[in-house]
Amino acid sequence: MDSAVKYPTPQGNPETAKFWQQTVEGKLLIKRCTACGEVHYFPRSICPFCFSDRTVWEESSGEGEIYSFSLMRKSASGPYAIGYVTLKEGPSLLTNFVDCDLQRLRIGQKVKVVFKTTDGAPLPFFTPV
Amino acid sequence: MSIKGKAYIAGIFEHPTRHAPDKSTAQLHAEVARGALADAGLSKADIDGYFCAGDAPGGVMAMADYLGLKVRHFDSTDTGGCSYIVHLGHAAEAITAGKCSIALITLAGKPRTGVMPPRATGAEADFEAAYGATTHNVYGMCAMRHMHEFGTTSEQLAWIKVAASHHAQYNPHAMLPDVVTVEDVLNSPMISDPLHRMDCCVVTDGGGALIVTSETIARGLKKPLVRMIGHGEALKGPRGGKNLDLTYSAGVWSGPRAFEEAGVTPKDIKYASIYDSFTITVLMQLEDLGFCRKGEGGKFVADGNLISGVGKLPFNTDGGGLCSNHPVNRGGMTKIIEAVRQLRGEAHPKVQVPNCDLAIAHGTGGLLGIRHAASTCILERA
Repeated sequence: MDSAVKYPTPQGNPETAKFWQQTVEGKLLIKRCTACGEVHYFPRSICPFCFSDRTVWEESSGEGEIYSFSLMRKSASGPYAIGYVTLKEGPSLLTNFVDCDLQRLRIGQKVKVVFKTTDGAPLPFFTPV
Repeated sequence: MSIKGKAYIAGIFEHPTRHAPDKSTAQLHAEVARGALADAGLSKADIDGYFCAGDAPGGVMAMADYLGLKVRHFDSTDTGGCSYIVHLGHAAEAITAGKCSIALITLAGKPRTGVMPPRATGAEADFEAAYGATTHNVYGMCAMRHMHEFGTTSEQLAWIKVAASHHAQYNPHAMLPDVVTVEDVLNSPMISDPLHRMDCCVVTDGGGALIVTSETIARGLKKPLVRMIGHGEALKGPRGGKNLDLTYSAGVWSGPRAFEEAGVTPKDIKYASIYDSFTITVLMQLEDLGFCRKGEGGKFVADGNLISGVGKLPFNTDGGGLCSNHPVNRGGMTKIIEAVRQLRGEAHPKVQVPNCDLAIAHGTGGLLGIRHAASTCILERA
């Protein structure tokens, strides 16, 4: 999807409000559980691994590598690449790759987070380093 | 308590239509219900259990009312395309527990005529909805990773479509009855890397229905006896993004549960109905069910190994979703129906597996590369 694409506005909720407040600042937050030490994404209040409520926000480096991807050749807004990025901190997340030559994407490629505007909070995307 | 041998599939019906602009979705549900009842030799008043999924307009309350059903047990579990294999297991549980004795399961819809309703979303919506996940690109991600880890090739995936097309040529209702070659698949347009158009299933209007009942009732009916001996179901998703692995599905859990309950192994299976939303779906499921080792699916499906009369594991002898029918973008129902045809000896003579006494029907639902369900059913000729 190119920059002309209008992305949906995150609806947000009390559980995820902090995440969206921070994307405005250009920060990608993940959740860490202080009981079991595991990090997860997308953020939950209760740890999906140990079910403790002792989860805290942590800023991700925004760096990672492509786990897999697929280039959709046709869509109303043109070709776009969906994929999973495995963050340096561990968790993998679903995203699109933007601001790059989509034909040259490859598994294992290093990428970093970039934010794209919506009518509300910015959304995280990734681009090759 | 096991369901082994407690439930029989007494009626099957696959709607012959592939395009139904002049019918309503509820009407199609009623037509397939009538078809399955006629096949079983039962009437609507006999039904005391009803199962339907998200394709039933208005849900189970509205659908049961429209059909004029009076039931004492119902279930509207929705796990996408495999819902009906899940329903089959749940119907067997209900029959085993005495909660109902004659269950109807229906599927119908018109995605070829109209637009499908949007998928229900959960807590993940804000974090995923913007990224344009469709079936094509999500299954494409699975195929891409499978190729990366195991060296699986587009040629190998193409063999799955080739096998399906060999079967579809004998199905007068198949949407795509022409036999295709590996080259045809590779030369078809790339849709979402690495999946070509011919790696994708058809989009059809239509539906299907099943009648499930007890041994006592089934033995009083005319059709050859087909009973369930094992069932499994499972869910898989990113679960917080830890150790993401797109090379396997929830079939790694649903399959062994079904085989264990049935007391058989993949080697014993004479015919396999495997959900074929895309070629990669089949390849991964065959590995996950234990027909070959993880990563060796490409070799397993190559050179016609899935073609009836040619290979070791005849699959989807109706032409499957890849060539015949994929009503409502939900392939689980037709998988069960063709397995029952094989066990009854009612498949087309050109694709009928000789002495077919043990079959598997397996499917996934949802999005394989994000969150999905899998369900496995082992069926036996009684």
